[in-house]
Amino acid sequence: MSASSEPTGREQRILRIIETARAKPPRFKDERITMAHGAGGRASQSLIEGLLVPELGSPRLAELGDAGILPEPGLALTSDSFVVRPLRFPGGSIGELAVNGTVNDLAVSGARPLALTLSLVLEEGLSAEVLRAEMQAVARAAGQADVEIVAGDTKVVERGQADQMYVCTTGVGVLDPRGALSPAAIRPGDRILVSGSIADHGMAIMMARGEFELEAEIESDTRSLWPAADALLESAGAALRCMRDATRGGLASALNELARASGVAMLVREADVPVRPDVAAAAEILGIDPMYVANEGKLVAFVPEAEAAAALAALRAVPGCSEAAEIGRVEEQPAGMVLLETGFGGRRVMDLLAGDPLPRIC
Amino acid sequence: MRYVDEFRDPELGRALAGEIVATMQPGCHYKLMEVCGGHTHSIYKYGIADLLPGNIELVHGPGCPVCVIPMGRIDDAIAVAQQERVIFTCFGDMVRVPGSDGTLLDAKAAGADVRMVYSPLDALRIAREYPEREVVFLAVGFETTAPSTALTLRRARDERVPNFSCLCNHVTIVPPLRALLESPDLRLDGFIGPGHVATVVGARPFEFIPRQYGRPVVIAGFEPLDVMQAIHMILLQLRDGRCQVENQYRRVVPYNGNPRALEVLAEVFELRPHFEWRGLGFISQSALRLSAAYADFDAERRYGVPGLRVADPKACQCGEVLKGVIKPWECKVFGTACTPERAIGTCMVSAEGACAAYYSYGRLTRERQLV
Repeated sequence: MSASSEPTGREQRILRIIETARAKPPRFKDERITMAHGAGGRASQSLIEGLLVPELGSPRLAELGDAGILPEPGLALTSDSFVVRPLRFPGGSIGELAVNGTVNDLAVSGARPLALTLSLVLEEGLSAEVLRAEMQAVARAAGQADVEIVAGDTKVVERGQADQMYVCTTGVGVLDPRGALSPAAIRPGDRILVSGSIADHGMAIMMARGEFELEAEIESDTRSLWPAADALLESAGAALRCMRDATRGGLASALNELARASGVAMLVREADVPVRPDVAAAAEILGIDPMYVANEGKLVAFVPEAEAAAALAALRAVPGCSEAAEIGRVEEQPAGMVLLETGFGGRRVMDLLAGDPLPRIC
Repeated sequence: MRYVDEFRDPELGRALAGEIVATMQPGCHYKLMEVCGGHTHSIYKYGIADLLPGNIELVHGPGCPVCVIPMGRIDDAIAVAQQERVIFTCFGDMVRVPGSDGTLLDAKAAGADVRMVYSPLDALRIAREYPEREVVFLAVGFETTAPSTALTLRRARDERVPNFSCLCNHVTIVPPLRALLESPDLRLDGFIGPGHVATVVGARPFEFIPRQYGRPVVIAGFEPLDVMQAIHMILLQLRDGRCQVENQYRRVVPYNGNPRALEVLAEVFELRPHFEWRGLGFISQSALRLSAAYADFDAERRYGVPGLRVADPKACQCGEVLKGVIKPWECKVFGTACTPERAIGTCMVSAEGACAAYYSYGRLTRERQLV
């Protein structure tokens, strides 16, 4: 036991060096692509912001929204590829994901989804029955989301060059005049809403792969988010600041991206984040934090405090969103960071994931 | 979740935080080491440090089995993984640990067949599924994970699975603790003892810490209330002038450990004469290798690994950080040459290492109140 010491000049200087380093755009220094670059965490961020965006050099791409916005003529455009294994899983399949994933990128950008294109990369030997079932799933999901598949492309590659089938969709939507969404619109004091329970999709996939000797009836949450986005636009209108689709990397990654893009801090209350009991239990056993597990039908939305209660009520009235919740608020400091008030009562940083959401051994 | 939420009750946590403050001597600074990486994880996950006054400093000890593996051993693992016909299996958090030239994840991207498993038994199952391939399991961890490796090896021998072998990096907890305690510049007031290791070895092996080195030890569980209660118990010992091993984790840890686990460890493993620890250097009799009876399953013998020693970088002061002699920011390379993206030392390698934690969260921990 010794007497306490005050922070020194050197420590302050080191903290400033760290702040400066953190604020710099990430650089891409890796020699090869690893699985971590696809996991939605820090490595993905360095790939996108350190290699892809600088090489492509498009200012609109650099905004890193879920969809590209074309103010003239008022359209949103986005694209997504789907490589999920297994193709079918409780609650959905690759066909439904391919429709909903792209529809959702448009919806959270404040655009009513209009039409999709569909590209297929098929592995030699794929069963026609599997392909037919997936096309039926695409048609069903497109019908539910009220979008039309208007063009497509098909390629077949040799056995082993792809894993059964990959699907790419591109979607176009019409910007909804009720809102003008942007991360830059987020202000300290705003409330953070989530449209339902998190981590269902990622845990359903992990269970469906059968790599763990665990049995749980967890279903993917794949669904169109346009009804949820529509309800929020109707309720909050121009006051709705921003929405984001919390897919790969989960809720934590979506919030971190927005905190960085908008230069604000976010404080999330863990106890208020809806997680279904079976999902929480599976995550607990596997040592995985649900905050980082993928969703395929959940959005986060930012609204001013005055609009929060009405917006939440509107959201909860949407089918599939009855578990929607207000999970936290926006603050000024520490800018660019997401803090978590844990269920136990302590506060900590909820950072971007360093790699894949890997289980711990100890 | 029943039987879990009870140990995460925020109201009890606040009450315990009050008890902790009441037990402290005002103006004193306490440095307590949590030996085990699992405790470090709990402390971050639940924000425990945030509930403690600023003059209780938690020092992260050498008990993160991932952080202590030296670069040379990772190089050995990559060399085995790159052999033709090898399926290399390991726990998920090993794939990102850097060797002298990249990680297992990099080796995988370059073509090696590296697969993550949850249990050594999964690796054995893969060996049975692919009889034409060679399956190697990278065994890491303290006495906590060593029994499951031992049981897997016993099964591999009994079931005669010739294409299975194990690259053994199991380590033991007492020698590095003794090495820390031997250091003349040690600045620690007490230890939160490793609950998982103690489940296997019991509380008895830690008796030397109070007896020979005069520091209290409280063996603790991993839920937030466990950790807080252990801190309180250490402070009570310090206040009352007691110094002993106490067992907070009695619901799991028997004083004499788990005799069946200890028996299988003794059958399958033997002590290495010495083993290198990242940040701490060579420590004698601090690690396990396969015993003569299991030599056929020893990947080190089967593949003739390079076994080269890669020195820790000179500027790195992880050893001093681990002993609590300096704070992370006092290290010469902290935040400049050594960052989470380009880690030099063990404390920056794992997200839970003392330096990585300070790098990410340092600004927040500064704001805690002193008592």
